[in-house]
Amino acid sequence: MSEPQSFIRKCVFSLDHKVIGIQYIVTGFVMAIVGGLLSLLIRLQLGWPTTLWPILETLMPNAYQSGVMSPEFYLAAVTMHGTIMAFFFVSYVLVSGFGNYLVPLQVGAKDMAFPLLNMLSYWIGLLSAIVMILAFFVEGGAAAAGWTAYPPLSAIATAVPGSGLGQTVWLLSMALFIVSFTMTGMNVVATVFSMRAKGMSMMRMPLTVWSYFISAVMDLLAFPPLTAAAIMLLFDRHGGTAFFLPAGLSVGGQLIDVGGGSPLLWQHLFWFLGHPEVYVLILPALGITFDILPAFTRKPIFGYRISVWSLIIAGFLGLIVWGHHMFVSGMSPFTGEYFSLATLLITIPMAIVGVCMLGSLWGAQLKMATPGLFILGLISLFGTGGFGGLFLGNATADIQLHDTYFVVGHFHLMIGGVTVFGLFAAVYFWFPKMFGRMMNEPLGRVHFWASTIGYYLVFLTQHFVGLRGAPRRYYSFASYEYLEGIATSNMFISTVAFILGAAQLLFLFNFAWSAFKGKRAEANPWRATTLEWTVPSPPPHGNFAEEPVVHRWPYEYSPDGADEDFAGQEVDGSTVPVTA
Amino acid sequence: MANDKSSPRVEGILVAILFIAIGVGYAIYGARSWFPELASRHGSGIDAMITFVLVATGLMFLIGHLVFGWLIWRAAARDRVTSRLAEPRAERRISITVGIVIALAAEGGVIAIGLPVFGEYYGDIPLDAVDIEVTGQQFAWNNHYPGADGVRGRTDVALITPTNPVGLDNNDPASADDIVAVNQLTVPVDRPVKITLRALDVIHSFYLPHHRVKQDAVPGMSIPVWFIPTREGRFEIPCAELCGLGHYRMKGFLNVVSQAEYEAWLDEQAGS
Repeated sequence: MSEPQSFIRKCVFSLDHKVIGIQYIVTGFVMAIVGGLLSLLIRLQLGWPTTLWPILETLMPNAYQSGVMSPEFYLAAVTMHGTIMAFFFVSYVLVSGFGNYLVPLQVGAKDMAFPLLNMLSYWIGLLSAIVMILAFFVEGGAAAAGWTAYPPLSAIATAVPGSGLGQTVWLLSMALFIVSFTMTGMNVVATVFSMRAKGMSMMRMPLTVWSYFISAVMDLLAFPPLTAAAIMLLFDRHGGTAFFLPAGLSVGGQLIDVGGGSPLLWQHLFWFLGHPEVYVLILPALGITFDILPAFTRKPIFGYRISVWSLIIAGFLGLIVWGHHMFVSGMSPFTGEYFSLATLLITIPMAIVGVCMLGSLWGAQLKMATPGLFILGLISLFGTGGFGGLFLGNATADIQLHDTYFVVGHFHLMIGGVTVFGLFAAVYFWFPKMFGRMMNEPLGRVHFWASTIGYYLVFLTQHFVGLRGAPRRYYSFASYEYLEGIATSNMFISTVAFILGAAQLLFLFNFAWSAFKGKRAEANPWRATTLEWTVPSPPPHGNFAEEPVVHRWPYEYSPDGADEDFAGQEVDGSTVPVTA
Repeated sequence: MANDKSSPRVEGILVAILFIAIGVGYAIYGARSWFPELASRHGSGIDAMITFVLVATGLMFLIGHLVFGWLIWRAAARDRVTSRLAEPRAERRISITVGIVIALAAEGGVIAIGLPVFGEYYGDIPLDAVDIEVTGQQFAWNNHYPGADGVRGRTDVALITPTNPVGLDNNDPASADDIVAVNQLTVPVDRPVKITLRALDVIHSFYLPHHRVKQDAVPGMSIPVWFIPTREGRFEIPCAELCGLGHYRMKGFLNVVSQAEYEAWLDEQAGS
């Protein structure tokens, strides 16, 4: 494989999985800034609903007429914050970004199986992100029917201002996103199946690779139905069909002259993607945990094999429990009870994974560094968020808790917390490999402390607001007597949210500054065992000068008879005994 | 690397304290009554379900964070690894045991505490229930009572006008004694109330926070839900499914009154 020489082929239209991975990561962080700012605007409204913001009126005259956020903009902000954070931040940075960067390096391959498809995936992905942002500038504003886009609200242009052109743009962007994301998934599956180095059996793969592999299989099985659903909804909106529209609709006094469809069909199709999406995002964060943790505990992880099987089982169960988002939707209660029992079964593999994480600290020698600290935060959030799932997976408890702030708090700890802590840990850990420079440790520590405390104060407190019965997606709670007590909580949550947001600026600054000015990194600064640490930082085009040969599992820390307290996967059995 | 030994120790202890403080702090914060004051019969079953999960997960959350903090504290103090590999059998036994214990608590709770009330809530509705059809629309709850004849008149969306919010067909004899009340849902205390939910435009969700009732109202579907109010009073009905700009102010009232007051109210409505 010869290295391209021109800047355009090297850094822009690159076929190299490492460049594509970094492109995804940078794109994802740019989208995260947009999504994060939206969340702060939401918190501003909820924390101080009666305050006027003349500055914001100057910046966004349409959204803040006479200094007050309009309900139109509030709903668009809620919708776009959710969409951007789940699909264009976490999916891009953690799954497409790190997946691209790590999978070929960790299995000992020169590149992904289909480099051209990979490049195509990124450019379609970038296009879908741009299209999504453009939705803010169309007539009526961005989509406002929630990230779940339930029809008829999302199907009828007059139902809410964002259901005009904004919703069409949203659907187009989502369809493009899924095309791009499935291409990455195909690449990961093909690479894991056919590009592993000699000696890299499936049961010697790092859990990071395992988790990306399982997540990619789920992606291939669960995402395409939403592309179909998005196209069906586009037909309902513009083609006169009625897949999701029943007869007898009347919106704003105007009869809608179609009929025969079912709004619940959309919910099934959406959640058939929507729930697996959670696992597609969470599993890589859990896999990464098992690879970063031992570098800072200096001992093999607890329960490698059972963790592999647990992730596979969790992934399978994740595909068949989508209905737990629909307990009060009008679905049959018998189906509801099935979905409830199946959902709570996921407790078993997930608790096993959690115990293996705790077990990995048993007898360990803990080294303090930012990636390890974020992993500790992730383990804590994973436990707390998982316990929250026991409430919502329970069909009886969900009658009261459905669509309240309990749900908001819960998914922010899981797909907004575990995944984000995982991707922060991954950035701090693999940054030296990507850019050949270390990130700043003191800044990283401040980022860790502020993020961990901030996440708990914001999102665990929201659970209790939900227990009081506060519905989500409310522009204001002022007219509800029974919710008078939550005004103080909301102000507190909003204050902490701003501190949490400020702490993320430290991270962005650290990232940008370290890429150019950070301390130079060696090939293996964390003294870790997987194959990417055997090549220079950053790795050259084609990754490995000669094809690596793997002799052992990836968790050979503190082995007997070694000079150092670790042996990489490439070290052969004659020098250090092989554990697995 | 000389001071490598002391500083991780201090930092490790601080991190351990952080997680212990999170566990203890939120366990204390959470240990109080959070629910809106209960006002329905089946609601006590739902409260028991949530309380069971709160106590069970609260304990696991507290114990988990104490163990986690202790493991970090110990691990940060070591200068070498003291336990490298566990027996594969021990790994399986420990992790599967914990998984099954938590799953049994979760599944057992659903089956033992959750299923009876779930069965009651979604089960057969008593025939003597007060029968009201509630249609959600942007942004109001239209409540349609059958009146003295016990039969609701025919409705048609084409007949909807500002003064006829449910589109009642006045040519139907059954319509004559029907009562339609917007956003005011009046019911007698201690009697079963059957609400048939419909939606005119988009999906809404009929939420009675004090009565532990929540059910989406979906266009094209008629979904029954029932409960027995146990306290007189005026309760708010928020909409719990995003339905458009006015979602946050789509507020109705549930007026629970004595049987005598209820009959008087019916008479008054029929006369007007």
